[in-house]
Amino acid sequence: MPSVRFRLNGVEIDVDADPDRSLLDILRGHLGMTGPHFGCGAGECGACNVLIGDRAVAACDTPLWSAADKDITTIEGLGSAEQPHPLQRAFIAEQALQCGYCVSGILVSAAALLKRNPAPSSKEVKEALDGNLCRCGSHNRMVRAVLRAADEVAAR
Amino acid sequence: MNSQAPSPSPPKLPVSLAANPKLSSWLRFSAEGQVTVSPGKVEIGQGIVTALAQIAADELDVALSRVQMVRTSTAASPNEGVTSGSLSVQQSGRALRHACAEVRQIFLQLASERLGVEIDALDVEDGTISGPGNVRTSYWELADEVSLDRDATPGATPKLATRRALAGNSVQRIDIPDKVFAQPRFIHDQALPGMLHGRMLRPDNARAKLVDLNEDRARTIAGLVAIVRDGSFAGVVSETEHGAEAALRALRKGATWAEGDPLPDENDLATFLKAQPLESTTIDKKAASSPGAGKRTLRRQYTRPYIAHASIAPSCAMAQWSGDRVQVWTHSQGVYLLRADLALVLMLPVENITVEHMEGAGCYGHNAADDVALDAALLARATSGRPVRVQWSREGEMSDAPFGAAMAIEIEANLDAEGEIVDWSHSIWSNGHAARPGRAAQPALLAAFELASPFPRMISANPPQANGGGGDRNSIPLYDFPSWHIESHRLKTMPIRTSALRTLGAQGNVFAIESFLDEIATERGEDPVAFRLRHLRDDRAKDVIRAAAKRAKWKPSRQPGIGHGIGFARYKNTGAYCAVVAEIEGAEDISVRKLTLAVDVGEAINPDGVINQIEGGAIQATSWVLKERVRFDRQRITSTDWTEYPILRFSEVPDVDVELIQRVEADPLGAGEAAHGPVTAAIANAVFDALGVRVRNLPITRDNLIAAMELTS
Repeated sequence: MPSVRFRLNGVEIDVDADPDRSLLDILRGHLGMTGPHFGCGAGECGACNVLIGDRAVAACDTPLWSAADKDITTIEGLGSAEQPHPLQRAFIAEQALQCGYCVSGILVSAAALLKRNPAPSSKEVKEALDGNLCRCGSHNRMVRAVLRAADEVAAR
Repeated sequence: MNSQAPSPSPPKLPVSLAANPKLSSWLRFSAEGQVTVSPGKVEIGQGIVTALAQIAADELDVALSRVQMVRTSTAASPNEGVTSGSLSVQQSGRALRHACAEVRQIFLQLASERLGVEIDALDVEDGTISGPGNVRTSYWELADEVSLDRDATPGATPKLATRRALAGNSVQRIDIPDKVFAQPRFIHDQALPGMLHGRMLRPDNARAKLVDLNEDRARTIAGLVAIVRDGSFAGVVSETEHGAEAALRALRKGATWAEGDPLPDENDLATFLKAQPLESTTIDKKAASSPGAGKRTLRRQYTRPYIAHASIAPSCAMAQWSGDRVQVWTHSQGVYLLRADLALVLMLPVENITVEHMEGAGCYGHNAADDVALDAALLARATSGRPVRVQWSREGEMSDAPFGAAMAIEIEANLDAEGEIVDWSHSIWSNGHAARPGRAAQPALLAAFELASPFPRMISANPPQANGGGGDRNSIPLYDFPSWHIESHRLKTMPIRTSALRTLGAQGNVFAIESFLDEIATERGEDPVAFRLRHLRDDRAKDVIRAAAKRAKWKPSRQPGIGHGIGFARYKNTGAYCAVVAEIEGAEDISVRKLTLAVDVGEAINPDGVINQIEGGAIQATSWVLKERVRFDRQRITSTDWTEYPILRFSEVPDVDVELIQRVEADPLGAGEAAHGPVTAAIANAVFDALGVRVRNLPITRDNLIAAMELTS
């Protein structure tokens, strides 16, 4: 089996697996990384979003081979309780979720947005998150949280 | 004494506590300074665990951080039935508040004896009990000496509302940090030692029988552990999730299905619903003291389609056998109820089954959580004691789980010469809205209907009005019409599986009542807010309507293409009050720009939690109204992905502004289902305001809007 090499949350790794398998399957099944969530398996809901480089991508719909030599960041790589990403801090401050199943993918999409646009408008946040589905109706809190994180970064 | 005052009725325990009186089943103290609280209600994304922790900490006078909340399990937790109906704060909260008040008193009694201080002179601060002369002890010091293995007594008195320090405050939810930092909190993210993965084979066509299964191809897939088949129930177990998916694909190719059962015409649900064998019930009757003279009759029909739970995660469960005992992990709303159904299907005494709750994605009613738990238990029988995790597919989640029932509702009003309502009748045609597990002599779980020796398919029923009703929920008007007749026609056939979805029939009934009222008010040339207020006697109802209207500056001046509408209900007629003003923009499609809500849930334990629930309910209801409809042809459910079953997206979400009317002295009421009916009606009324078109068939899509315009013109 050919191995695929990429950087996952800053760490070089080699994966020996069928390169046609989905990146989500490798992350969750092979590497035990449960932050990205399975939602639909068709790239339609965003629950499994990860960063490839600076772009948010549905890992369920991305073959392993296309991750070769790329930088992959999952929710686990964004921050931790000890060193939270501004978005994670803001989501707690705004209590921006109900069930939270979609939230890891939403944080990843929001992180991609703030990388390319550190001072988005509310409309731009909604557009950036439009590929992420939330069923509980926490959208407005999430938008507020993303704006809050952007403000916090700008004030540094 | 000659005259005797009527003796007050003896104090009663809260319902959940009466059913589970042992204090130690609710809470325990450790010498290390922790109190463990064990409710029978479960976290389904609504923040209940935090609200319950607040109630306990408040009553005990300990810091919230000392409270450890235990996940519900049939091994130890109080049996509180099902986490549904917006009753968790009412039921679990009241029981916990009472139990904690009594436990606090037990500790104070012992402290009083130890310290030689009158009980009334003692004070508790963060678990430390102190009295005059600087004497002190604590719950933690006394923990080993106090036995809570005793039954609660009705006499304990919880604190006065004004003395509560935590309830009424928006503390941060205790589960949110884990979810934001991706700590594995969801059942989907758990891995038991030696765990295998299962996948289910189910037909595309509704209820098709599996007539032949060629397993050869699937047997060649690496990692395969077992293929399980029992009648039309079939699934695979593999060492890996990837292997299970591959084996399932191979097995599907080897499956031959008989034809399924025919489905109704999705474009004519009202005709279908009215043509079925029915069980008809009079829900309520009110006779006028002096019947008014009706001059004319207005009759309207409203429908809502089948609605999917459509949770973001497909349902998931784990099961592990040890001899003739099985442990099941589930995101079910009711661990004891699920256990009862598992016992029926597995033919085991309930003692042999342990069902433990783990969080799943947002739960809006009876979804596939219970079904997949039985799937896991059945597959795990083939693995010699290794645990099996089963996860449904997106397609399965959108087609095999129960749906919210479609409804047809007819309302007829007799109006007098002045256009005042003198008589009102309301009729509902719908499948039942509840087929939950654990409540009948037969199981309600999908696999049970598929086995070689199958159990009969359960036909959904309706809970009685005393429990809020089902299809008839919120069908009795809160308005003081002089007379009415309310009847419910429940289908005795069920080609499309239905069970409890958020609000049961209330969304449909409130949509119908509030749309119809708007129509009558418009005919009279009367402001719809004033019209409602004039027909209400309940001040709390009037207060939310006035508050929403004021906040939305009712009625804003007209702008082309923009409309405003109002909707109101008291959920179940006994729960939370909610009024909404919707602002919509109408062109080819309708977009909802803003929802302004006022809500009264009595004592709001966690105000921000309540607002979060109301916002979420309002947005979900907007999604139902504008987009949602389970699609099917005559053979199968076709809306099995997010393209065919679209839900509201970020760019389509309205602004939501909530005013919470806090009433600390009133009993706390659940908030999760209060907004759906009023929001639905408010949007429909706003569409009329903007376009002059009454859309009476949900959802308000472009097609239904055009159909309604054709009817109007």
